[in-house]
Amino acid sequence: MEKLKLVMIGNGMAGVRTLEELLKLTPDLYDITVFGAEPHPNYNRILLSPVLAGEQTFEEIVLNDLNWYAENNIRLMLNRKVVEIDRVKRRVIAEDGTEAEYDRLLIATGSNPFILPIPGNTLQGVIGYRDIADTQMMMTTAETHRHAVVIGGGLLGLEAANGLKLRGMDVTVVHIGDWLMERQLDPTAGKLLQTALENRGLKFLLPKQTAELIGNDEGRVKAVRFADGEVIPADLVVMAAGIRPNSELAEKAGIPCNRGILVNDTLQTYDPRVYAVGECANHRGIAYGLVAPLFEQAKVCANHLAMLGFARYQGSVTSTKLKVTGIDLFSAGDFMGSEGTETITLSDPIGGVYKKLVIKDDILVGACLYGDTADGGWYFRQIREDHNVSEIRDHLMFGENALGDTGHQGQNKAMSMPDDMEVCGCNGVCKGTIVKAIQEHGLFSVDEVKKHTKAASSCGSCAGLVEQILINTVGGAADVKPKSEKAVCGCTDLNHGQVRKAIREHHLTSIPDAMAFMDWNTPNGCATCRPALNYYLISTWPGEAKDDPQSRLINERAHANIQKDGTYSVVPRMWGGVTSPSELRRIADVADKYEIPMVKVTGGQRIDLLGVKKEDLPNVWKDLDMPSGHAYGKSIRTVKTCVGSEFCRFGTQNSTQMGIDLEHALFGMWSPHKVKLAVSGCPRNCAESGIKDVGIIGVDSGWEIYIGGNGGIKTEAGEFFVKVKSAEEVMEYSLAFLQLYREEAFYLERTVHYMQRVGLEHIKKAVLDDEERRKALHQRLLFSLSFEQDPWKEQVSKPQLKKEFDRIAVRELEVEA
Amino acid sequence: MNWLDICALDEINVLGSRIVVGPKGDIAIFRTSNDEVFALDDRCPHKGGPLSQGLIYGKRVACPLHNWQIDLESGEALAPDVGCTHKYSVKVENGRVLLSLEEASLCA
Repeated sequence: MEKLKLVMIGNGMAGVRTLEELLKLTPDLYDITVFGAEPHPNYNRILLSPVLAGEQTFEEIVLNDLNWYAENNIRLMLNRKVVEIDRVKRRVIAEDGTEAEYDRLLIATGSNPFILPIPGNTLQGVIGYRDIADTQMMMTTAETHRHAVVIGGGLLGLEAANGLKLRGMDVTVVHIGDWLMERQLDPTAGKLLQTALENRGLKFLLPKQTAELIGNDEGRVKAVRFADGEVIPADLVVMAAGIRPNSELAEKAGIPCNRGILVNDTLQTYDPRVYAVGECANHRGIAYGLVAPLFEQAKVCANHLAMLGFARYQGSVTSTKLKVTGIDLFSAGDFMGSEGTETITLSDPIGGVYKKLVIKDDILVGACLYGDTADGGWYFRQIREDHNVSEIRDHLMFGENALGDTGHQGQNKAMSMPDDMEVCGCNGVCKGTIVKAIQEHGLFSVDEVKKHTKAASSCGSCAGLVEQILINTVGGAADVKPKSEKAVCGCTDLNHGQVRKAIREHHLTSIPDAMAFMDWNTPNGCATCRPALNYYLISTWPGEAKDDPQSRLINERAHANIQKDGTYSVVPRMWGGVTSPSELRRIADVADKYEIPMVKVTGGQRIDLLGVKKEDLPNVWKDLDMPSGHAYGKSIRTVKTCVGSEFCRFGTQNSTQMGIDLEHALFGMWSPHKVKLAVSGCPRNCAESGIKDVGIIGVDSGWEIYIGGNGGIKTEAGEFFVKVKSAEEVMEYSLAFLQLYREEAFYLERTVHYMQRVGLEHIKKAVLDDEERRKALHQRLLFSLSFEQDPWKEQVSKPQLKKEFDRIAVRELEVEA
Repeated sequence: MNWLDICALDEINVLGSRIVVGPKGDIAIFRTSNDEVFALDDRCPHKGGPLSQGLIYGKRVACPLHNWQIDLESGEALAPDVGCTHKYSVKVENGRVLLSLEEASLCA
C-alpha cells in the first residue's frame, strides 16, 4: 500500500519534535517531506544567545543533523520558503516552484520578531533576533561597528545586548516598560537585574518610547530618536520587542487565525487535514513561546497524526526559569500578587538574592526568585498541585531543604558544582558527564539523562539534582514534569492516574484487556508498565483480576530477593519480630543443610539467609516450615516492635502484641511500594516508629499513629496522624490509611511521596473525618486480603513449580536437523 | 547440525524462560507471547546478571539486576547501553524445544 504523504512547513524545534514523536509511534505510516526556509537542519533556537556570546558554536546547537533526516527517510527541502498552501489540490508550493502534495499537513512556521511600525524600520542594520542569520549578522556587525541599540528589555533583548557587549560593542537597551522583563519579574527583581547588568557595562533607557530610526546617505541606520526628542547614535538596531505568531500562510489559505493559527485540543486546525504546532498556533487563546508547552503539543499532535487519536492538549501552566547573562531568575504563577493575596519576601540586595512568594487562601499561587533559583522547581510543583502550605509556611521561604533533609541533597546548587563532582553515588556519574550527554545527545528530560548516563537510574535520590543540572543546561526547554503528569512509560501516553481510573471505571481485569482498551502501543508492554498494571489490576479488582507472575519482577516471582551473583536471600516471617527456639533450630538446620553462606539479622527484626541457590528455594521453604517474610515484595514487609509493657519497666502498652496482631492482619498485602510498620510501647520509641510508613507509639492514655515516615534514601519523619484509645482503633485507622494508599498511590510511590503529592489534609479527610469511609476502606482491605495465602506454602504445593525453579540438564538426544 | 531435545514448549511459561545447564555455563531459553523461542547465554553483558530471571516483553528481556534491555534475536544490548551476549540456535518442532550448541554466534 502506498504510504500517506505528510508535509511539514517549518523546520524548527516544535515541528521536528512532533516528527520525532510520530516516528516513535509509527515509523512507517507516512512519507514525510519537510520545507525549511533556513539553510540549516533543526537547531536549538534557545541556544542562539550562547552562540552570540561566543560560548558555543553553531555546530554545537544543532539538534538533528542531516543524517537524522536521511536515516528516517525524510525528504528535506532546505532554503525553500513555502509561499502557498493549495487546500483544494492538497499541495504546498515553495518560492522556487517546488511542489509537494499532502494527505496531512503540519504547519510549524514559528513566529516572527515584532518590528516596530516606525519610520526607518527597513534601514540596513535594523534586524530582529530570531535565527542563525540574525545572529551571524550581529556577529559581523560587531566587528566593524560600535554603537548598538537593543529595543526591548525582555529576555531576548537582554541576551542580545549581553552578547553584543561581549563582542565589544557599546550597547544601550531601550525599554518601554517601567522595569526590565515585566512579564517575568516584579519591579524589585527587575531593578536588581538592571543594576547587575549596568555593573557589566550595559546602558539602559527606560521607560522610553522609540519614535524613529534615522539613516545615513547609504541607507544604513545611524541614530535612534525617541518620543521625548532625545537622539542617540546607533549602527545596529536589534528589535526584540516581542514575537508574533507566523500565521500568514495559513491565513492566505483561508484557515481561521487570530493571533496565531486556531487549533483545537488535538492541534488540528479548521481544516481537518491540517495541523499546527508551536509558536504559530493559538490554542484556547494562547500562543505559547516557551519550549516546554510546545513539546507537549508535539506529543499530542503526533498521537493524532499516528491515528491513535486519544491524546488531548489542554494548555500548559508555565514557569520561567532563566539564566540571563549568568544571573538566575525564576517566576511562576501570579508573582505580582493581586487582591486577596499575601506575600512573603526575602531581600538581600548586596548578596544579589531576592525571593518573593505569593500566597492566597493558604495556597502558593506565585513565586518570583532572583539570584537563587534552586527551589524554583519545588515552588512550581506547589503552585501546580495546589498544596495547602499553611503547615510549612514558616519554612516555605527556605525551600524544600528546610523541610528536613539529612540525606544526599546537601549540595543543592547544581550550578556551582564543579564538573568532576559526583552527582549519582550509585553509578558514579559526575556533573560533567551529565552536562556533556545533555549537550551531545540533545536531551530534554530526566528520563533521557537516566538512559544515557545511568545517573539517577538506581536509587533515584539524585533525581532532583539531575533535574537542576538539566534545567541549567537547556533552560526552559527542560521537560520536568511531576510523576502525576508523566506517561507511565514509552508504551502509552497515559499517566498513572489515568491508567488507574480506566481500570476502575471500565472494570478491566486482565493485562491484555487493559492494554487493548487503553491502546498500548507495544504488544506486551515493558518492564516498567507490566508490573504497574499488574498491581493496579489486583488491587482494584481483588478476587477478579488474576495475578500474572510473568508481569512481576523476579523477586516477587521467585518470592525471594535476587543477589548480585544470581543467588537469592530468604527471610522467613517472624510475627512482630518474635521467634522461638524451635524456629531458630529449623533455621540453623536449613542453613547447614543447604550450605547457606551467610545468616544475618536484618533491620526489621528478622533473620536473613543469604546466598541460596534458586533451585533450592522450594526445599528451603519446606524445611523452614515458616511463612514467607515478604522481604522481596512491594508489599507489607515487617512490623517492628519493642518489648513493651510485658517486660519493659517503662512500657505503657503491649506493643509486641499490637505488632503481632497488625502483622497477622496485613499478611499478604500487596501495595504500590514496600510498607513497613513499627509499634513502640512508650515515647522512648525503641522500635523507631517515627520513620515507618505507619508508626505507632503507645502512651499511657492510648496510641499515637504517625504516617508517611521513611528511613531510606531520604530520611523523612512521619507526620502525626491521630491519637486513639484502643487497639481495635489502631487496627481500623492503620488499615484504612493503608487501603487509601493502595487505592490512590502510583506504583512505586512510597507513602511519604504519596502523602506529599495528595497532602496530609486529603488523607485526614478520608480516614479521620469520615467514619463511614474509614470503615469502608478498612473492609475493602480485609476483603482484598481474604484472597491472599502464604506464597511459600502455595508454591511448595504447586505442580507447576518446576517451570520456575528447575534447571534442565542437557540430554544428548539428537534429532534430525 | 546436532539438535538437543530440551523440553516441551509448554514447559516454558509464555513470556517466561528456562535455564539449560550448558557445557560452558547456563543458557537461558525464552518464550515470547507468540511462542517464538530464543536462546542466549544466561549472562547480561553488563554485570553478568541472569537474564533468564528478567521480565520478557516483545522480543526483549530486561536484566533483573540493573534493567539493561537485551534484544533476544541478536543478543545485543539496547542503546544507549552497549554490549552483547552469545546466542544459540533454537527452534520448536512438534511442540518440542530443540537447541543446538554448535555455531553459537559469538559477540564481536
